[in-house]
Amino acid sequence: MNEIVWEGGMAVPTKLDDLINWPRKNSLWYLLFATACCGIELMQTGGPRTDLDRFGMVFRATPRQADLLLIAGSITYKMAEAVRRLYDQMPEPKYVLAMGSCANCGGLFQRGYSVIKGVDKIIPVDVYLPGCAPRPEALNEALMTIQKRMEKDHWAQRMKIDSEKLAR
Amino acid sequence: MKYLFDSLTANWNLSPWMTTLALVLWVVVITAGVLVFMATFAGFTSWVERRIAGRMQSRIGPNRVGPFGGLQWLADGLKCFLKEDVIPKATDPVLFRLAPYLVFPGGFAAFAALPFGYGIAASNIDIGIFYITAITSLVVIGILMAGWSSNNKWSLIGGVRSAAQIISYEIPGGLAILTVVVLAGTLNMHELVVAQGGWPWHWFIFRNPFTFVAFFIFFASILAEGNRTPFDLPEAESELVAGYLTEYTGMRFLFFLFTEWANVWVISALLTTLFLGGWQIPGITDLGATIAAATSLGKWFWVLLSVAMFFIKTSALVFLVIQIRWTLPRLRVDQLMIMCWKYLVPMGFVTLLGSAIFLVLPREGAWAWFHLSVQGIMTLIGFAIVAGLIGRAWYNIHALKDRISLENWL
Repeated sequence: MNEIVWEGGMAVPTKLDDLINWPRKNSLWYLLFATACCGIELMQTGGPRTDLDRFGMVFRATPRQADLLLIAGSITYKMAEAVRRLYDQMPEPKYVLAMGSCANCGGLFQRGYSVIKGVDKIIPVDVYLPGCAPRPEALNEALMTIQKRMEKDHWAQRMKIDSEKLAR
Repeated sequence: MKYLFDSLTANWNLSPWMTTLALVLWVVVITAGVLVFMATFAGFTSWVERRIAGRMQSRIGPNRVGPFGGLQWLADGLKCFLKEDVIPKATDPVLFRLAPYLVFPGGFAAFAALPFGYGIAASNIDIGIFYITAITSLVVIGILMAGWSSNNKWSLIGGVRSAAQIISYEIPGGLAILTVVVLAGTLNMHELVVAQGGWPWHWFIFRNPFTFVAFFIFFASILAEGNRTPFDLPEAESELVAGYLTEYTGMRFLFFLFTEWANVWVISALLTTLFLGGWQIPGITDLGATIAAATSLGKWFWVLLSVAMFFIKTSALVFLVIQIRWTLPRLRVDQLMIMCWKYLVPMGFVTLLGSAIFLVLPREGAWAWFHLSVQGIMTLIGFAIVAGLIGRAWYNIHALKDRISLENWL
């Protein structure tokens, strides 16, 4: 990355890709969506200790305006349909963060009859965050990992790839 | 700002054709200037508001992008342009696309008649305040259109709520405006300010007890018209996903948000102009005569000083509007309607009548003292209320052994 870092820590983009990715990573709006106890940690992460608003992350109640789908909690087979639908309703380019063991692999409930064994069975996941439930600090780091991923991503390619996935 | 154009081109000896062309160019330049101001203000306020919200919730707020996070609005805006433009199949495609373009001019056109300083207004039309109340109603049509065409129950409820709210609150708002208009005897924004004076007791808010009440009626109504909390029912995210915005993505969504932030300036500027003396400078009774008598450099000084006065007052009100948003809870729909029709509308009529009675009272001899003492008493009451609020905040801060800190801004 050809970046000049100011003393405040702000990066000045020097390539077109960087220029495109700079606003994307600094305005990561996440969907107000939580299915289980990880949701409590998610709320906590938005609170004073690990203030997500510092990074320009705000929650949006509608998937149409969200960039990031945070799967916070176990997803039952019945809920899976809704999750897939929410994912489809989000505009490109979109990212998915599987938060906690339940979203990663079914976690505590993976022998259960009703819980999906990892949310990646229904939607593509960008970052997996282990923990049961992950602490706010961990979630904060996972979100920063998504920001780093956005830095490296090619915006146009990302749009194309996801459209192909949708067509499938 | 036609007078500026006339004085500029007076010595150029342009042919009629060229004058028309130059006038068109002039209009384009002025419009672009106002648009740039509106865009930067809307963005900047969104950052300021998030910082204030952070401070009020013991958080920090955006601080990663640019100095102190000051470029957060730029990142948000650019990102919205980079998002996919989703138009759901079930929507009415024409209305869905048209709605943001109706909402945007509704907010933007109001800037045309706002007096930013002495003679600093894009257009000094005679029916200024009437024009602003009329043109901002365009927003209702856009919002209702957005709600209807989205083919989504949340959008529809949000849109209808917004229409009901804005149309209801236009009545007390209009009555409060009339209270002032009756006193000034004009609808022209410039002359409304001229009718007031520099010192607080010359302002319309302290002119008599009725205008004092009218100020609060107007404040409440115009907050409701701008869909600001505590009247943000149309987009209440805890009940209606995002109201009429639910189906909008990226840039189209941005248009709505942009207009909402710009409206904060319109709200504050209208309150300043109508009730708080606009651009009047304390100590100067007749700014027009002062400017006419000044040297060419002095003219600029006085005009810039008047602009500064307007900006100070309006910024203070913008700050207050933001504080209100993060302090008060949202009203219920029935409470909203009760407040408007049962309280604000009758009170509006009373203020209009009372103010008219004050106007017909004689102003000679002992009556002049009466008017002056009423203004003085109202000013004292107003300042007592402000001092009381500040004292209360001061007491609470010290009772908690807290301290006043500006660290969040540094």
